[in-house]
Amino acid sequence: MSSSFAATATTPPHARTRESGWWGMLLFIVTEATIFGILFATYFYLRFKNMPVWPPDGIKQPTLGLPLLMSAFLLTSSIPMHVAELGVKKGKQTWLKAGLALSFLLGAGFLVVMLGFEYPEKLKEFTAQTDVYGSLFFLITGLHGSHVFVGLVMNSWAQVKAARGRFDERHHLTMLNVAVYWHFVDVIWIFVFLTLYFSPRF
Amino acid sequence: MRRSRALLLVVAAAAAALLPACSSGSPSTLQPRGPAAQRIDGLWWFMFWIALGVFAVVIGMLLFGLFRRRKSGESVARGGGERAVVLLGIVAPAIILTTLFVVSLRDLNALSAPAKSDAMTVSVIGHDWWWEVRYPQRHVVTANEIHIPTGTQVLLHLSTGDVIHSFWVPQLSEKTDMIPGKTNRMLLEADRPGIYRGQCAEFCGLEHARMSFLVIAEPPSQFQTWLAGESQPIGSVTGAAAQGKRVFLTSTCVSCHTIQGTNADATDGPDLTHFGSRRTIAANSVANTPGNLAAWIEDPQGIKPGALMPPAVVEPRQLQALVTFLEGLK
Amino acid sequence: MVAIAERLTSIWEETPGLASWLTTVDHKRIGKRYIATAFVFFVLAGLEAMAMRIQLARPGQAVFTPNAFNQLFTMHGVSMIFLFATPILSGFGNYFVPLMIGARDMAFPRLNAFGYWVFFFAGLFMSFSLVIGKAPTDGWFNYVPFALTHYSPGLNIDFYGLGIIFVGISSTTGAINFIVTIFKMRAPGMSINRMPLFVWAVLTTAFAIVFALPSLTVANVLLELDRKAGFHFYDVAHGGDPILWQHLFWIFGHPDVYIIVLPALGIVSTILPVFSRRPIVAYPYVVLGTVAIGIVGFGVWVHHMFATGLPQLGLSFFSAASMMVVIPSGIQMFAWVITIIKGRPVFTVPFLFIIGFIVTFLIGGLTGPMFAAVPFDQQITDSYFVVAHFHYVLFGGAVFPIFAALYYWLPKMTGRLTNERLGKLSFWLIFVGFQVTFFPMHIMGLLGMPRRIYTYQSGLGWDVWNMTSSIGSFVLAAGVLAFIIDYYLSLRRGLPAGDDPWAADTLEWAISSPPPAYNFESIPQVSSREPLWDQPDLPQQIRRGTAGPVLAEGHETVGTSVLDADSEDVLEMPGESPWPLTSAVGLLIIFCALLISHLLLAAAGLVVMSIGISGWLWDTGDVNSG
Ligand code: HEA
Ligand code: HEA
Ligand code: HEC
Ligand code: CUA
Ligand SMILES: [Cu+2]
Repeated sequence: MSSSFAATATTPPHARTRESGWWGMLLFIVTEATIFGILFATYFYLRFKNMPVWPPDGIKQPTLGLPLLMSAFLLTSSIPMHVAELGVKKGKQTWLKAGLALSFLLGAGFLVVMLGFEYPEKLKEFTAQTDVYGSLFFLITGLHGSHVFVGLVMNSWAQVKAARGRFDERHHLTMLNVAVYWHFVDVIWIFVFLTLYFSPRF
Repeated sequence: MRRSRALLLVVAAAAAALLPACSSGSPSTLQPRGPAAQRIDGLWWFMFWIALGVFAVVIGMLLFGLFRRRKSGESVARGGGERAVVLLGIVAPAIILTTLFVVSLRDLNALSAPAKSDAMTVSVIGHDWWWEVRYPQRHVVTANEIHIPTGTQVLLHLSTGDVIHSFWVPQLSEKTDMIPGKTNRMLLEADRPGIYRGQCAEFCGLEHARMSFLVIAEPPSQFQTWLAGESQPIGSVTGAAAQGKRVFLTSTCVSCHTIQGTNADATDGPDLTHFGSRRTIAANSVANTPGNLAAWIEDPQGIKPGALMPPAVVEPRQLQALVTFLEGLK
Repeated sequence: MVAIAERLTSIWEETPGLASWLTTVDHKRIGKRYIATAFVFFVLAGLEAMAMRIQLARPGQAVFTPNAFNQLFTMHGVSMIFLFATPILSGFGNYFVPLMIGARDMAFPRLNAFGYWVFFFAGLFMSFSLVIGKAPTDGWFNYVPFALTHYSPGLNIDFYGLGIIFVGISSTTGAINFIVTIFKMRAPGMSINRMPLFVWAVLTTAFAIVFALPSLTVANVLLELDRKAGFHFYDVAHGGDPILWQHLFWIFGHPDVYIIVLPALGIVSTILPVFSRRPIVAYPYVVLGTVAIGIVGFGVWVHHMFATGLPQLGLSFFSAASMMVVIPSGIQMFAWVITIIKGRPVFTVPFLFIIGFIVTFLIGGLTGPMFAAVPFDQQITDSYFVVAHFHYVLFGGAVFPIFAALYYWLPKMTGRLTNERLGKLSFWLIFVGFQVTFFPMHIMGLLGMPRRIYTYQSGLGWDVWNMTSSIGSFVLAAGVLAFIIDYYLSLRRGLPAGDDPWAADTLEWAISSPPPAYNFESIPQVSSREPLWDQPDLPQQIRRGTAGPVLAEGHETVGTSVLDADSEDVLEMPGESPWPLTSAVGLLIIFCALLISHLLLAAAGLVVMSIGISGWLWDTGDVNSG
């Protein structure tokens, strides 16, 4: 991490390094990742307690169809987000705006499938109040879903700023933070998927 | 500074001198009366002397550092001291702690050894705020008193009817929690006859403070007699006692208590079949005397605020009869 | 020289008046606020303790009902841990970390203000419960199932569950802020091997918070979902598990005791060398010890659960880990003592408190590994012996250093000295009062007295020790009172302190007392661990503007690289802002709404908070934010 800028002058040179805001976002993500990590640990702990039947109470194995569709939406949405980030760094405003918009649509698609199809289907079978399995299922997916929602709000915020021309090659911390947060939400989904939908099969 | 030295001496002396001597009738872990408590007592003194030694070394160095004579021109060196820090702060503690760990592991293994084949099983179930005690082999159910034969291992099955409680008889053995959804095991053994006080050690609500009990260790023959007596239902009663029985069976009491040999068979409160033979009322809150019993039945909250038993609505004469009846249940 | 000061003042000084009182982002004002607010909670929690000691002075007393007593010990523990010890140390960090590393503010000044307001509101939120007689009653670790609705209906436990989540937000933002500040804003040349030990301690603590607090937050979210929304995480009947709570709590709980003690140990490593008149010995080992405690502390939590009937193999593992955690403390203990031996001690009031710390923390520390020996713990856990242990380490390990720090840094914060005689009186009353109050608790525990009992029978050998302890607590309270009087008098008519009354080594003593709004006229170039001892003319240089960059064009400070602190950047710092307070008010509304299950009100709170956050972010330039 040592830098080539020596402290010679009374006013140090402006340099492009990691900004405080970026560090702040990173640490925020670390906190959030820890929260999810603990929830996954809780899930396996309670599953272990309830061996050998999981899900309990005659709840069926989760089906993979809708969740795979949701994964498709969410995972691909990281690509336009990355394009937007590259765009702002290279000063290509159209990449920036189009990337953000497309990423938003895909993320919104995820939420639509989740709230419009996946949840109603599950709720027919069990609720959060049915038993501890239901509690875990709806807490973890719900928490992740709310993160997607926050990500979309942040995305809109970035779009407003982008539309008003507040980003350029040097000033785009908001954009960086929105992107890294979005990728994080994406990665967490992989774990949510593996834990809640995939792991009960074993 | 003198004062601090004097104080430390006093404190250390108090620790060393007063601990073993200070009280009879105390449920003291330092007056062990069972093999487990004995072992732990040994471990404690082992650790106590180590701790005292470490304390003496550090305080000795501190006092030396504070008060040693310094030459007027003595220069203060920059570095130094690292070797001493490594030796005293890493090497020495590592040796001491490894020793301690090994010793404690030995004791842990001894304490968690499986029960001997002739061990007797007793189930104890914690309730807000009393103890249900069951001898499954003889279908005996009692409360707040655990009779055990001396010199015999008793395998306890510990569970709870509501929140977490913790079973602790300091003079006999370590403590074990009673946790919803699981049954914990623990060995209880007393070397000699005596009455040993136990108390709930996990906070469990309003009357956590008055959730204690007695372990009564008796020679095996005496214990067997007691157990045989306890397994009998109540006999027929006459006079005031019979009236008391009627009162009992026709008031709310039956909705919570069991008396074997009557149709009172509820289990929300302690089994009262042999209540008259018990030494205390309401988990060792007060001695079992007719006066205390009347006071208890009339107003449990007056004796044990928060207890989950409502006051009885009975006339004074009925109350007297009820007390006579219950105290007669030997 | 005067010109520089004037220019910087005009840039950094906040507008006077009530408005700036609400909108300030100055780390010094916020730090003082943390300290003062937390001290008020200390006095309140101390008074709750006195109430308990009155009840327990003699057997069979009924000064308080069982319910009131349970509220008292719960609020005492919760306030001491969450509203006093953690935030007051955070307050010292706020005030002194930027000064010690030669920065002009924290990395995120507005987040800092937000953190304070959240702490303040969360403290009010929890304390309010006691005012209306509905304080939580399940102790500071709040075990389930007692904490579930079936056994604890009413709002009591919700004040705990929500309050803890609430105050946790403040700790998290504070931790992130400390990490970034220490990573990015150290004066040029202050490479990590030159960082003051207090800064190391704050950094380690901040990381511990980032990784430990989520566990507590999750535990309480699950609890509130069980209580308010009918979920079943802790409910055995529906597949839940009460031991889950214990794991989640202690995965946080044990690191938390080090979160409290580490900054305090950092204070010791700061003050002790100053009054030993020499640098600390074995600095690298002390750093190693600090960091190691922070890490190993995450691997020992099950030692709070040795009596729950877990498998023996697991117990041995956690027993070994708990013994290992002793070693880093041993390193520090011997580094301090040897520093004193090699130095020339000066018996000032702060130094007396440091000596009190060594003695007391040593005793408390020595009972720690005793519990790590599983059989002994199974015998003695949940007895007063444990209460003795944790007051020795908490009061000894944290509160003595806190008093030392209050005396040591008061001259810097106010420019005034305290009264030496009154300070010594206060020390002796606190020290003697402490030992008399808490030493007997070891004996009570060994004699079989469980904790958290509102009364006890006589004749069990406990009476005399309880009476002794209660008497001691009055002596202790007198000592605290003497301290308060001393402080008050010093604020009113203390003698002027000068810039560096203790002839200390760290950068905060290079500037005037109290420090100007901009802290440093010029950001110094640091070339050693004890800058003021090695460069006696540094204060003049700083003031003359020749020590390093002056940065008088804007609200700016220097950004440096993480390891070597090479200057890299000029950081544009935000100024006063109404948005932190607005956002915190929004949060307060949300938590109150959740408490009474009023979703509409919660939505209103969310709106307020969104307005706050939007305003905040809109103001933020995209080069730097905070
Ligand atoms: C500031 C807070 C603080 C600190 C620093 C510590 C330090 C330690 N604690 Fe403590 N502890 C608490 C706060 C703290 N604790 C609290 C609040 C509780 C109770 C919670 C509750 O139930 O409410 C608790 C309870 C607690 C328990 C559970 C007891 C029980 O409930 O059954 C255990 C068990 O292992 C334990 C262990 C230790 C150990 C090994 C250390 C070690 O870190 C101590 C290390 C220090 C030294 C040992 C002294 C200096 C070292 C030397 C001089 C070297 C030489 C020494 C030797 C060779 C021994 N602590
Ligand atoms: C930093 C932490 C900290 C501190 C400093 C203290 C300080 C004190 N504690 Fe502590 N205590 C805990 C943390 C702490 N405690 C915790 C975590 C628990 C466990 C809770 C639980 O079981 O859940 C506990 C539990 C606990 C118990 C056990 C309760 C029980 O199990 O039933 C007792 C009993 O005596 C006690 C006593 C005291 C006393 C007498 C002080 C004294 O040191 C207090 C000294 C301070 C004062 C006395 C205030 C002085 C004020 C004035 C003089 C007023 C002047 C007034 C004006 C100017 C207006 N505490
Ligand atoms: C709502 C349930 C309930 C009712 C009704 C009730 N009890 Fe109880 N009783 C309890 C409980 C619970 C306890 C244990 C209290 C404790 O120790 O905390 C108890 C304890 C007792 C004890 C002490 C037992 C012991 O060994 O310590 C006696 C005696 C007793 N009840 C008698 C009565 C009589 C007589 C009546 C009727 C007039 C009655 N109870 C009605 C619940 C009830
Ligand atoms: Cu039962 Cu405490
Ligand atoms: Cu611990």
